[in-house]
Amino acid sequence: MDVAFRTSLRLKTAVRSPVSSCRLWSPRVWSSRVWSTGVWSPGVWSPRVWSPRVRSPCRRLHGGPPPRRPFSRLSSEDLAFFRETLPGGTVTDPDLLEASNVDWLKSVRGHSELMLRPQTTAQVSDILRYCHGRSLAVSPQGGNTGLVGGGVPVYDEIILSTALMDQVLGFDQVSGILTCQAGCVLESLSRYLEDRDFIMPLDLGSKGSCHVGGNVATNAGGLRLLRYGSLRGTVLGLEVVLADGRVLDCLATLRKDNTGYDLKQLFIGSEGTLGVITAVSVLCPRKPSAVNVAFLGCETFDQLLGTFRLSKRMLGEILSAFEFLDAACMGLLNTHLKLPNPISDCPFYVLVETSGSDAAHDEEKLHRFLEEAMTSSLVTDGTVATEDAKVKALWSLRERVTEALTHDGFTYKYDVSLPVERIYQLVTAMRTHLGGRARSVVGYGHVGDGNLHLNVTSPARDPALLAAIEPFVYEWTAGCRGSVSAEHGLGLKKRNFIYYSKPRAAVGLMGDIKTLLDPKGILNPYKTLPDDLL
Amino acid sequence: MSGRVLVGVKRVIDYAVKIRVKPDHSGVVTEGVKHSMNPFCEIAVEEAVKMKEKKLIKEVVVVSCGPQQVQETIRTALAMGADRGIHVEVLAKDYESLGPLQVSKIMAALAKKEEAQLIILGKQAIDGDCNQTGQMTAALLDWSQGTFASEVTLEGGQVKVVREIDGGLETIKINTPAVLTADLRLNTPRYATLPNIMKAKKKKIANVKPVDLGVELTSKLEVLRVDEPPQRQAGVKVETVDDLVGKLKEAGRI
Repeated sequence: MDVAFRTSLRLKTAVRSPVSSCRLWSPRVWSSRVWSTGVWSPGVWSPRVWSPRVRSPCRRLHGGPPPRRPFSRLSSEDLAFFRETLPGGTVTDPDLLEASNVDWLKSVRGHSELMLRPQTTAQVSDILRYCHGRSLAVSPQGGNTGLVGGGVPVYDEIILSTALMDQVLGFDQVSGILTCQAGCVLESLSRYLEDRDFIMPLDLGSKGSCHVGGNVATNAGGLRLLRYGSLRGTVLGLEVVLADGRVLDCLATLRKDNTGYDLKQLFIGSEGTLGVITAVSVLCPRKPSAVNVAFLGCETFDQLLGTFRLSKRMLGEILSAFEFLDAACMGLLNTHLKLPNPISDCPFYVLVETSGSDAAHDEEKLHRFLEEAMTSSLVTDGTVATEDAKVKALWSLRERVTEALTHDGFTYKYDVSLPVERIYQLVTAMRTHLGGRARSVVGYGHVGDGNLHLNVTSPARDPALLAAIEPFVYEWTAGCRGSVSAEHGLGLKKRNFIYYSKPRAAVGLMGDIKTLLDPKGILNPYKTLPDDLL
Repeated sequence: MSGRVLVGVKRVIDYAVKIRVKPDHSGVVTEGVKHSMNPFCEIAVEEAVKMKEKKLIKEVVVVSCGPQQVQETIRTALAMGADRGIHVEVLAKDYESLGPLQVSKIMAALAKKEEAQLIILGKQAIDGDCNQTGQMTAALLDWSQGTFASEVTLEGGQVKVVREIDGGLETIKINTPAVLTADLRLNTPRYATLPNIMKAKKKKIANVKPVDLGVELTSKLEVLRVDEPPQRQAGVKVETVDDLVGKLKEAGRI
């Protein structure tokens, strides 16, 4: 779903609003006009945004942005407070804010006028305490690599960026427990750990930009989940600042701790709506000394599943990733990124990775598996890589599909969990359903985890196409009792689809928890929970 | 040309691995470190296999000198499409002192024995960076040489080679038999596909000793010491031009 509401010509004219906003307050007016409540003082640029009277194309039906809630507007006193609390950490230049107001897919745009970049938890606490008192909405932002519009503001929420909170606080070489601030970039942490013979328990295509705090807030899955499990298991502790500024220190570094309710689980996957994560302690596995990657081609999806079952049987404990992509994806990689196909053209491709502690042992297992797969015709072609450079090259075929899609046109992204046998059926069903209306319909993903990334592209944004895709894709998924968002989260774009995968009672309880932890609703408003709840 | 091509491949430390110097400074750590085929040797194998696919040559024979482990490297070349392999057994002590001169004597002897028309090597190995084996082999055999080849075309009894040189590209025509050394842009080595990996298991690797070829392995070179390059010092940032001038004066630069 596309919600690019490119509204304001941002006229920064110093027009003093002659009327106080509260007289004009009415739901309809709020959605179409924005009156400033700031104090005018000559010589100081006071942030006033005049949104045009043209109603922004918000379609309430398919989850277009809800109307702006009556949060306060940024005033020059607020600005002065932030400037004092965060010397050098406030950004108001609209050009600099541009990158943080728009998401990575360039599909949603916010209108924040202020970004704050604290360096310590104490500063985050001061900021939130102040915002809570002033009823200023806050949108926490990590690497801004989210795919559901959850990491950028919708209206003029203050962006709270973790970019400067990038310190590693400690690493225990014996237990492998890493403690760090929430703004550490995943790839930097990986490099830090690799020097010490460990790795992060998660790995995703956006590792060069995403922050670990954001990963935890969205319960990111990724390419290693098959082997190391989800963040719900590997995160041992969190330090969170709550909506009213209270610091919740649950930054334990213990493998086992059954003392009371496990509060950190509430914040993992909460997408910044229950608290702002400021520090994380995570259990890191040892770096495997032998990593092998095989890139295989299969004729049919059933053979692919057969290969999966075989790999679990023959590779067992050394299997660390099982990803798939279809011929359409390979076509996109060839066309847009000039990445050649290492093997012959096949309808389906599988990337199998093994990680172990003994190179000879693993290679033998892998070769036996490959021989069996070839002789039983589950696999028609393939290649193996043991050297670092070749391993990276094969992985890039899977990791860069998302990038290739952005070059193909406007992309509609769906990330669903389905029973493994039915994964590709959704892709074929979607192709049949759309006929020739879309440019490409591709499927790829973590087949080992039952997670399909279904993507549809069209030359330009196409509401008719969108209407054909949704709710078809959600209904189909709900029909298999699958999840409408396996790992991307709900954010802004999918918040109203939560009912396809969760019952009303559960969502109701989520609303209660939100109200308990954030009664004023200032943390990342308009996201994650459906509109009808609040 | 319907001849035989000899391709030399070397097993080296994988280029992505971080090199560590041994505590006694006698060399680098090779125990337990990932090894793979020298990237330029891969390009050489790829070129030979391409020639065979175009039916320009009849057979590709892959050669490697070293201990038992080099057989893996030969197998990789076989999986890329070479026909058979020759493993020249050089053990531990001799292997440490094995250099371009010894290897080129071996290659020359093998070329005569196998009646090869063409020898293709990588331009240099990424561990020694000597860039000598190809040239020495040609000299020992008194054959033409086309080094740093970025494009090779077989034309009857001659070879047209486009060489990468400092000034740009140089095109030469040389007579066969010849020695060619592969540069980076000659081709992109293929991935060894599974069916070929399976086939390669059945291909032959012959075992030969240097003494059988009449080659003496003694080296006139002795490695005295191996050190890491000096750590790069951090730069210093200055605020004003005066500071810059001051610092330069301090460092005795002006």
